[in-house]
Amino acid sequence: MLKEGQYHIPSGCAISGIFHKDGRRTDGTEIIRSISTMHDRSNGLGGGFAAYGIYPEYADCYAFHLFYDDPSVKDICEKFLEEHFEIASMSRIPTRKHPSITDEPLIWRYFVVPRRYKLIETQLSEDEFVVRCVTRINHKFAGAYVFSSGKNCGVFKAIGFPEDVGLYYRLEEYEAYSWTAHGRYPTNTPGWWGGAHPFAMLDFTIVHNGEISSYDANRRSIEMHGYKCDLLTDTEAITYIFDYLIRRKGLTLEEAAHVVAAPFWSTIEKMPPQQKAEYTYLRDAFAGLLINGPFSIMLGFTGGVMALNDRLKLRSMVVGEKDEDVYIASEEAAIRVIQPELDKIWAPRGGEPVIVTLNEDAQGKE
Amino acid sequence: MAIEYLYPQFEVLRNPDRCIACRVCERQCANEVHHFDTDLQKMVSDESKCVNCHRCVSLCPTRALKITKTNHQFRENANWTGEVIEEIYRQANSGGTLLSSMGNPKNYPIYWDKMLINASQVTNPSIDPLREPMEIRTFLGKKPTTIERDENGKIIPNLSPRLELDIPVMFSAMSYGSISYNAHESLARASKAMGTYYNTGEGGLHEDFYKWGDNTIVQVASGRFGVEKDYLDAGAAIEIKIGQGAKPGIGGHLPGTKVASDISRTRMIPEGTDAISPAPHHDIYSIEDLRQLVYSLKEATAYKKPVIVKISAVHNVAAIASGIARSGADIIAIDGYRGGTGAAPTRIRDNVGIPIALALASVDQRLREEGIRDNVSIVVGGSIRNSADIIKAIALGADAVYIATAALLSLGCHLCRTCQNGKCNWGIATQRPELVKRLNPDIGSERLINLLTAWGHEIREMMGGMGINSIEALRGNRLMLRGIGLNEKELEILGIKHAGE
Repeated sequence: MLKEGQYHIPSGCAISGIFHKDGRRTDGTEIIRSISTMHDRSNGLGGGFAAYGIYPEYADCYAFHLFYDDPSVKDICEKFLEEHFEIASMSRIPTRKHPSITDEPLIWRYFVVPRRYKLIETQLSEDEFVVRCVTRINHKFAGAYVFSSGKNCGVFKAIGFPEDVGLYYRLEEYEAYSWTAHGRYPTNTPGWWGGAHPFAMLDFTIVHNGEISSYDANRRSIEMHGYKCDLLTDTEAITYIFDYLIRRKGLTLEEAAHVVAAPFWSTIEKMPPQQKAEYTYLRDAFAGLLINGPFSIMLGFTGGVMALNDRLKLRSMVVGEKDEDVYIASEEAAIRVIQPELDKIWAPRGGEPVIVTLNEDAQGKE
Repeated sequence: MAIEYLYPQFEVLRNPDRCIACRVCERQCANEVHHFDTDLQKMVSDESKCVNCHRCVSLCPTRALKITKTNHQFRENANWTGEVIEEIYRQANSGGTLLSSMGNPKNYPIYWDKMLINASQVTNPSIDPLREPMEIRTFLGKKPTTIERDENGKIIPNLSPRLELDIPVMFSAMSYGSISYNAHESLARASKAMGTYYNTGEGGLHEDFYKWGDNTIVQVASGRFGVEKDYLDAGAAIEIKIGQGAKPGIGGHLPGTKVASDISRTRMIPEGTDAISPAPHHDIYSIEDLRQLVYSLKEATAYKKPVIVKISAVHNVAAIASGIARSGADIIAIDGYRGGTGAAPTRIRDNVGIPIALALASVDQRLREEGIRDNVSIVVGGSIRNSADIIKAIALGADAVYIATAALLSLGCHLCRTCQNGKCNWGIATQRPELVKRLNPDIGSERLINLLTAWGHEIREMMGGMGINSIEALRGNRLMLRGIGLNEKELEILGIKHAGE
């Protein structure tokens, strides 16, 4: 049977997120409890978490999380890493054996900074250099896969139910100001851990529920800009789209949201002239990056998170607030289970981004 | 000589019990097939003149007429068919080049019919176009490469000139001369009503039609007929015609007999002179020359109009398109080997060029591999027959399509393929006033509007079935297609999987 990455697998899912606007950090217990409430929305074929603020001791290093199929590819890949990066620290990612998590790859973590002479030689920014190295590893080294590459944040994922994956990675030992989680319901056996969510590129992480019907249009558009969609999953394509729009094209989060979940022409038509021109521009200029079909996504980034539904809201997603905490989930139950008392709870409209960032006094301290 | 004789292709079957000798058929047939025999006191026909255009059949009040293929035949031979034999007789007789009209009718594969469209089931929902917006608006033109912002950080909409289409279908080039005034008026009015564009072809723009300039693409072809400042300014876009699918590599020839006063004025040539379009543009002998013409036209129109470069689908089309995408052109139009014509040498029409689906797939893929797909929009024509062909073309990577044969069919063309005679009984491919007036532009434009409206409905329905509610999410979305009965190489070129994969 073909592995994920050799063909396109549709899937349904559950997502959940917790964000502390005051920068307070909490361990992974609550996010596991939240996502496990939606157990039936996943089928044991993929679960994962993204956490922000977990590596303050290495805040200036890019934290690479890698899956290796075997030790030989690890040797090759480490040679590549050493050539391109100063490695401040490297170790296995601590795990706890779990009966339902099997077929484990080798899971390693590296805290790295790009070698200075490499940056000078390539004349690239640090971020761009890292993106290119990650793309190269994932594309060229069969059996090696970088699944997390941001600073002071990390992705933890596996094949299994998300609550089991959380236990497996000992998430109670990490403290984050922002957690996102994902339970996957693919319609085929992915056969590979890299297919689980979240997907990450630098500090952008995506958890995604839905099957996008525009997949091949999006894939072929984004691949023009140097990205390689090796996994053939919707989520991977979405991750690259946001990286491209925000980091490379300099769009704001809102603008990027209005590209991927563009308002209908009938809505744009009713806008005041300047706004209309701007929205028309975004739809036209980035037409190939409009994402069609059902999705609810959470885009995590340093200092914030954005939740977004497709423009018809074909997937459920609710947002709740309590004091300094913001909760986002596929189902209200997944929020109530960890925070029964909410100041506010609502279902954002299709295509309307919900952007939450750290309070000013908490920024920079993350 | 006896060997010059060719048995007529068609038989005119007249039911004597039904015929009331009203002589409508006689009046309607410009080919003079029918006449009333006063001695016999009945209608008779000379089927040797019949082109099977169905004009008489359609207007016979008693349904007394039908036209059928003759069953007279040569001794059967799979290789030396009757058609092949007759063509040799004709050429041995005349010493001339065989001429034909409309698109390549031969039994080559039709790739549109070897691709199937996807639909949503369970994992994502199909969308009901009767309940939800279903967007097919399309922009044609270059995409911006850099985002510019003003001092307040607001995006400056730095879009280059473009065409906005309410439906991704345009009427492709047919010159005034090759088709009639009324046919042009029908196309122009339908374009305006439907929010799309028609194309002047290389015959210039009739002075009466300047008022539809906003829905007109003005063509600059190798003969440069009718090209002047006002003409360029009148259109919404300018198309440089390099090639035509029906006759790649050769020019055109409108016989002097068709260059009557109106046409001579529109083409800006003396009355009665042959209008000859050379095979190449004599100022374009290479790609860098094309660039100069593109920018000459942009200069002439103050960079306010997108420039289209139209080529026919030939073997090396991907590389040619790549060159054009770097030439400053905003849109590439590709015309497949099935594309129609008012007249072309038969051998060229039937043997030169490649199928549009293959050309489109390889051009789109090549431009993406080179990272320049956003430099240009791609418009394809050359036998788009229905809305499913459009869906398939867009999924392969086209931004929009050009239709012409389908448009003429909706105006009444019966595809008899004898446009070159200039005696079109339907008032389309003719300049004879008594024939032209048979095509009423009020009705013609309405029929074109109906056709596009119907196709629009069907496009929306199929998109909704795929779970797509915006045409840009279909563009280049090749996973929405599967091949049927195609070999590995064909699938590879089309960039699609086989059904069942």
